[in-house]
Amino acid sequence: MMQTNILLCGVGGQGIVLASKLIAATAMAEDIPVKSAETIGMAQKGGSVFSFLRLGENLHCPMFAPKSADILIAFEPAEAVRMLPYLKDGGKAVVNTHAIMPVTAALKGSNYTGNEMTDHLKKKVSDLTLVDGSKACEELGSPKVLNMVMLGEVLKKGVLPFDLEKLEETMKKTVKPQFVQLNSKALRYREMA
Amino acid sequence: MHKEFLMGNAAIARGAIDAGLNVVSGYPGTPSTEVLETAAKNNDGSLYVEWSVNEKAALELSAGAAYCGAYSMVTMKQVGLNVASDPLMSLAYIGVKGAMIILVADDPGPISSQTEQDTRHFAAYSKLPCFDPSTVQEAYDMIQDAFEFSKKYKTPVLFRPTTRVCHGYASIEVKDKEERYINKPEGFVKDASKWVIFPRLSYNSHIHIEKRNAELTEVFSEYKKNFIISETIKDYKRGIATHGISYTYTMEALDGIDSPRIMKVSTPFPFPEALALKFLEGLDEVLCIEELDPVIEKELIYVCGKYHLNVRIYGKVTGNVTPAGENTILSVYNNIAQFMGLEEKKPENDNDAPELPIRPPVLCAGCPHRASFYAVKKAMKGVKSVFCGDIGCYTLGNAMPLDMVDTCLCMGAGVNITQGIGKIEPDTKCFAFVGDSTFFASAITGVINAVYNQADMTLIVLDNSTTAMTGHQPHPGTGRTMMGQVVDKVDITAVLKGCGVSCIETVNPLKLDEAVECVKRVSSLTGVKAIIFKSPCAVLIKPEKPLFIDSEKCRQCKKCINELGCPGIVIKDGKVTIERSLCSGCGLCSQVCPFDAIGGADDAN
Repeated sequence: MMQTNILLCGVGGQGIVLASKLIAATAMAEDIPVKSAETIGMAQKGGSVFSFLRLGENLHCPMFAPKSADILIAFEPAEAVRMLPYLKDGGKAVVNTHAIMPVTAALKGSNYTGNEMTDHLKKKVSDLTLVDGSKACEELGSPKVLNMVMLGEVLKKGVLPFDLEKLEETMKKTVKPQFVQLNSKALRYREMA
Repeated sequence: MHKEFLMGNAAIARGAIDAGLNVVSGYPGTPSTEVLETAAKNNDGSLYVEWSVNEKAALELSAGAAYCGAYSMVTMKQVGLNVASDPLMSLAYIGVKGAMIILVADDPGPISSQTEQDTRHFAAYSKLPCFDPSTVQEAYDMIQDAFEFSKKYKTPVLFRPTTRVCHGYASIEVKDKEERYINKPEGFVKDASKWVIFPRLSYNSHIHIEKRNAELTEVFSEYKKNFIISETIKDYKRGIATHGISYTYTMEALDGIDSPRIMKVSTPFPFPEALALKFLEGLDEVLCIEELDPVIEKELIYVCGKYHLNVRIYGKVTGNVTPAGENTILSVYNNIAQFMGLEEKKPENDNDAPELPIRPPVLCAGCPHRASFYAVKKAMKGVKSVFCGDIGCYTLGNAMPLDMVDTCLCMGAGVNITQGIGKIEPDTKCFAFVGDSTFFASAITGVINAVYNQADMTLIVLDNSTTAMTGHQPHPGTGRTMMGQVVDKVDITAVLKGCGVSCIETVNPLKLDEAVECVKRVSSLTGVKAIIFKSPCAVLIKPEKPLFIDSEKCRQCKKCINELGCPGIVIKDGKVTIERSLCSGCGLCSQVCPFDAIGGADDAN
């Protein structure tokens, strides 16, 4: 029986929860059982956010153990490094390169840029896709479509048990009608580039 | 039946509705909040839903409804049950006519709570049956069982999920609307021998409760959600007893291991003794995998003693399982590995990873609490003072650079802690900070106590007109109810006046100079005086245009960053910059800047 373990992570407010819900809903439409768990509460105030997502039969627990994720979907490079121990050997990663500075960095004068994180990821992950999410959002004209750009990249990896069109169908039922076209465009951003 | 993707808390609410729910009340608290919110969202008009002023009021309301034959549910987090424990203990003696669930969500970790208390103890203490689900599907099914037991035995029952069940999601089988049970309450039937608690009634009830619970340990031994897994066993001399989310960790961890016998306990009280005997039969050793306290472990030790069984019981008592915090699949794997003589797995440490930025929770950009704390800090500069905090977003005022919360204990405690400190340190200016929802929940009696007993202190009410911490629930100061009514607000100034507070001033904290002057003026008076800092929660209002920093005027002194710690002000390419996506234009930083370098959008253009 096929099982897929997915880990989404980033910083509160980046649209991670919606991305996770879209994958879950699409899997359900395909009759694949889904379990998931995510950070809730204080995390929304600029904290680290993650979502464990599991697709397949005979799963007991919404979380999975370290070294179990088939794919890591990281909306922020340091958060990718933080959750990297969950990626299985040979697992794939899709990572947004735009770094988000925590408030403590401004107070303590940290020089965190994100580059040190992507350099580390390049050493550790053989199948790594880096996404310039900021550039993509700028070209698409909205900071709110980062999650669709990321999902577009993820669907190219062949890890999810459905294709882009199936996810697009779910998205159309989920987002407000006036945003459907923009989100479709964002999902296909990779094809445009 | 059909499938839906639901959060554990939503599944509990939906299960309750499908079981015949008529009334649900509660007080918000992570990880329980979404139960009541889901019930409200699914209210077809037949439900009465209420965010009550606190857990005690909520429990009493649900009890009253159940006296009339209603199916009711009260929701709270574990520390909420401390507040509601007075009616809980007595209600256990009185019982109910319809059915009543007391939903109490426990928080191992703790992730967002003051304590790691275990509600399974409260079940034993109050002698009420308790249900403990492991998965989202089980929570949905089990809450319906809980209503049936409550109805049958005419007693309230406790239902206690933990955070990972409350906040987990799964695609589960739920009933169609037509399959719902509809309960029609008979109404209140007067009977003083039943509803009026007196020593004689309590004595008789006590006898009845003990008899019923003895019967329930038998009944629960047959309850299908308490079970032993024996088909897949390969290790015949060892057993694992577990519960809740730890049961799922155990099943994941056992993948590929010669499985010992497993017992899952879904009703920790009354403990299913006959089932436990069956489980223990022929075993040499048992490992108990639990979160919070060793409840099952001690029950098994008791059963072994009672029946003279020679089985060694391992767990928290013996130091084999960590006494505090959450379990994980990895920690449970290692507990099992140690128990079975297998090799433990080391945590995956990425030793050559670069230093990761820490993202502690902070007050939002534009949060009026930041301005309130800063105003009091400025006004009290050089003055010996103590700042007692309370429960809510504003507990985050303790973080640097504000550093304005010296104490925090439990809901509403700050008022009388301030009073106590003032009695011992009369030369200190004592301040109590309390949010508007916490004020209504449990600070009012404290204010009366302080006023009447001649305290000398300043009460600061941080009034952002919502319950922000748990996701913006209405309270008596908001003028809204969960039934969608727009009602008269309870006025905080009028309440304080009624309590005898002599001086009450209201000021907008975002007007910094006025706020500082107000604090200086009011705190110099004697007795109990109050300042209401009134400004809406930044998350709930449409943000103003973000501010700009005039690069010619800015001398990079970083006073804005070092004094306010607003996430909207960052350093980019070595320069102080306003993060446009976060700034709500509250203007506090522009009042702090000594060089007048921060201004509105128009100034920059």
